[in-house]
Amino acid sequence: MDKSYDVCVIGAGVTGSAVARELTKYNLSVCVLEKEEDVCSGTSKANSGIAHAGFDPVPGSRMAELNVRGAELIRSLHKELDFPYRQNGALVLCFAEEDKPSLQALYERGVRNGVKELKILSGEEARALEPALSDQVVAALYAPTSGIVCPFGMTIAFAENAADNGADFYFLSPVKNVKKEKDGYAVRTPDHTFRVRAVVNAAGLYADRIHAMVSSEPLTVTPRRGEYILMDREVGDTVNATIFQLPGKQGKGVLVTPTVHGNLMVGPSADDIGDKEDTETTYAGMAGIREKARLSVPGVPLNRMITSFSGLRAHGTTGDFVLGQPADAPGFFNVAAIESPGLTSAPAIGEWTAREIAGYTGASENRNFNGSRKGIPHVAEMAPAERAALIASRPDYGRIVCRCENVSEGEIRDAIRRTLGARSLDGVKRRVRQGMGRCQAGFCTPGAIAILAEELGIPEEQVTKNRPGSELLVREDEI
Amino acid sequence: MSAYHDLVIIGGGPAGLAAAISAREAGLTDILILERDTALGGILNQCIHNGFGLHTFKEELTGPEYADRYIRKVVELGIPYKLSTIVADISKDREILYVNPEEGAVPIRAGAVILAMGCRERPRGALGLPGYRPAGIYTAGTAQRLMNIEGKKVGKEVVILGSGDIGLIMARRMTLEGAHVQVVAELLPFSGGLKRNIVQCLDDYGIPLKLSHTVTCIHGKERVTGVTISEVGPDRRPVPGTETEYACDTLLLSCGLLPENELSKNASVPLSPVTGGPEVDDRLQTAVPGIFACGNVLHVHDLVDFVSGEAELAGRNAVEYLRGNGGSGTEIPVLAQNGVRYTVPQRVHAGVTEGTVTVRFRVGDVYKNKCLCVYAGDRNIRRIRKRILVPGEMGEVILKCEDYANLSAGQTVRVTLED
Repeated sequence: MDKSYDVCVIGAGVTGSAVARELTKYNLSVCVLEKEEDVCSGTSKANSGIAHAGFDPVPGSRMAELNVRGAELIRSLHKELDFPYRQNGALVLCFAEEDKPSLQALYERGVRNGVKELKILSGEEARALEPALSDQVVAALYAPTSGIVCPFGMTIAFAENAADNGADFYFLSPVKNVKKEKDGYAVRTPDHTFRVRAVVNAAGLYADRIHAMVSSEPLTVTPRRGEYILMDREVGDTVNATIFQLPGKQGKGVLVTPTVHGNLMVGPSADDIGDKEDTETTYAGMAGIREKARLSVPGVPLNRMITSFSGLRAHGTTGDFVLGQPADAPGFFNVAAIESPGLTSAPAIGEWTAREIAGYTGASENRNFNGSRKGIPHVAEMAPAERAALIASRPDYGRIVCRCENVSEGEIRDAIRRTLGARSLDGVKRRVRQGMGRCQAGFCTPGAIAILAEELGIPEEQVTKNRPGSELLVREDEI
Repeated sequence: MSAYHDLVIIGGGPAGLAAAISAREAGLTDILILERDTALGGILNQCIHNGFGLHTFKEELTGPEYADRYIRKVVELGIPYKLSTIVADISKDREILYVNPEEGAVPIRAGAVILAMGCRERPRGALGLPGYRPAGIYTAGTAQRLMNIEGKKVGKEVVILGSGDIGLIMARRMTLEGAHVQVVAELLPFSGGLKRNIVQCLDDYGIPLKLSHTVTCIHGKERVTGVTISEVGPDRRPVPGTETEYACDTLLLSCGLLPENELSKNASVPLSPVTGGPEVDDRLQTAVPGIFACGNVLHVHDLVDFVSGEAELAGRNAVEYLRGNGGSGTEIPVLAQNGVRYTVPQRVHAGVTEGTVTVRFRVGDVYKNKCLCVYAGDRNIRRIRKRILVPGEMGEVILKCEDYANLSAGQTVRVTLED
């Protein structure tokens, strides 16, 4: 069936969602096409969750500009859109006297990028700030403006707010073809053809393939796999700041950081691989990050690991984000090769891209845009009286399903019922943290399956972990 | 002012039920059991196989039947309990916050508390198993709940990692339900489960048990499509070249149980790094006065019969504590040595001349023809020849209090293995 919109955003990761939200600030009709069953299902769901200060990108690059702007936006957006963020500061560790000039260079780079409050610390000063650091640290760059953010929370907030402001999301809608037409583009999915004036290519790892459908300019996106180890909340205070190592050839090295939800995390490894879906974890990868993490924090409590995962960064070839229209495809806006600091930059990329598209289409400002949004209440964090009042109004907020993260049935139902609600177990998990705790969904899986089935009106056997094919149970007649 | 109860028992599984009954039988009226599930009985409700109660009732019961005997008694004695009620917090001063749909979030105070929250299973993530993260990976207990309580089927072609008792039971259960269990792989050179379960659940169904093997990769992006199993060397690391691929849609994990002590930590109860449970004295009292522990939250048991016995002791001692008979005497540490991994209790009281104390222990490896020896100070008070000792089976030794009554501060009781 044919559908008509002003703008089509391909990909509902953090960048696509941020662009979509910014587009709804203009009088433009917007659709977002996502190949998976939910938003935040690719690179956006598996990364370090850092709101980088901005000292790392090369001065003058789009990365530098958008990182610093993105970090600034996140500091206000997290309140407006109610997603978890904490400014915890970051340290970049230097382990050898001869590397001090590189640390100084990083400091100067940060200053040129406009990062505020940067400071070089001695090893002792760094250890005074973070007592768990290694004795081998001789100096460190301290960036108090660095923060940690929930990548799911932020993406979901952008997408939800975009939808509430009129953007239409289409899930399980992989783009099969994009064709230049007289007044714009025809974007084809298995179910529909979308006729649009402008296209935003926010397809993450697949941005090169989408780009190649309309442009002959070269664009390559290589999956660069990063493995992570996540530890129990009980050891989340091992460090307070995000601990980096002085960057080397393969990116920022291994970090040790608290997550915004209070876990401790180490990673990522950095392996360029061929398969855009290869989110395996490996013995070698995990062994490597363990070893490197110990360099920064010798006592990192790896025995308190609760899970490991890997994510694929969309690694480009230019060393910078690929943004804007290729010369041979006007009205087709790339937001491609969004690797670190992509998460941080996303709101700024959204802002810039939407402005470009508004200019291209001549769209006026949408005066009805409502930029604020309230998240799902986290009942366990409320004071007892407030919690009791909420339970009195909705008793299902008093029935705990996930005991490790203290998630109630009410919160799980909210996750499914909201705008762009969860359709899978992973969708519920990313919205309310059911199953994210130390038992890793051992106790709460049966309950969550039952609630999903009831809310979605499907048999439990059709409930999936994520995309179709990931059904959790088998039918009686299959055995 | 929040409501007060003499004794609050956290958990209505086998430990909590037995503790409540013994406390009532010792004459205590004001008891409250808080249970998070929708029924009393705890994990026994999903253990529909038989083999329970041989010690306690001298007959073979299923899990629900065993639980039912205690539940009936609780009802008969009129002991109050709350279901669908989770304890959100507990302080060292025994202030408790519980939450349920009917009452909301309710703070109460307790004269004494018995911790009986049980344990949880070690998940895939904590094992560091490499590979993808598809649907179809379950801990054995989760699969057991889905099958036996929810009436669902979790898979058709199954590989099991870990030979803990639940894994062995589930190998048989899934076979009976029409699934095909291809293999049980165990990292260690010996099984962590009971011998009788290996015979009745694997051997009887022709399911191979591969010792010193582990899963080295999980395949499948949506649902599990297979696993790679490799042999491990004496260092427990996979030996390259020994990989075997198994096509399957389900991987069950039975790789250890962990006492669930997050609440205990809120109450500042010191835990043993070995058992993962509170360190307790011979009265099963933790280092926080008035807080007792029993069952799998204290240390993981093989048999529910022993849980019941331990819980009865905790119930009686909590009543004694409430009556001001907290006991006296010098605290003497009980040390586990030379192959003995831990003991429960970890402390006993000298100065008492009557009665006995049951010390439970596990060994860290398989030992043949050893003597289990107990020393009070330098004096050997027990020496028992054991044909075989295995980590999967909990041992016990009963000490006469008079044998260590003369010890003074600074001395120890030692439980050790000798030739």
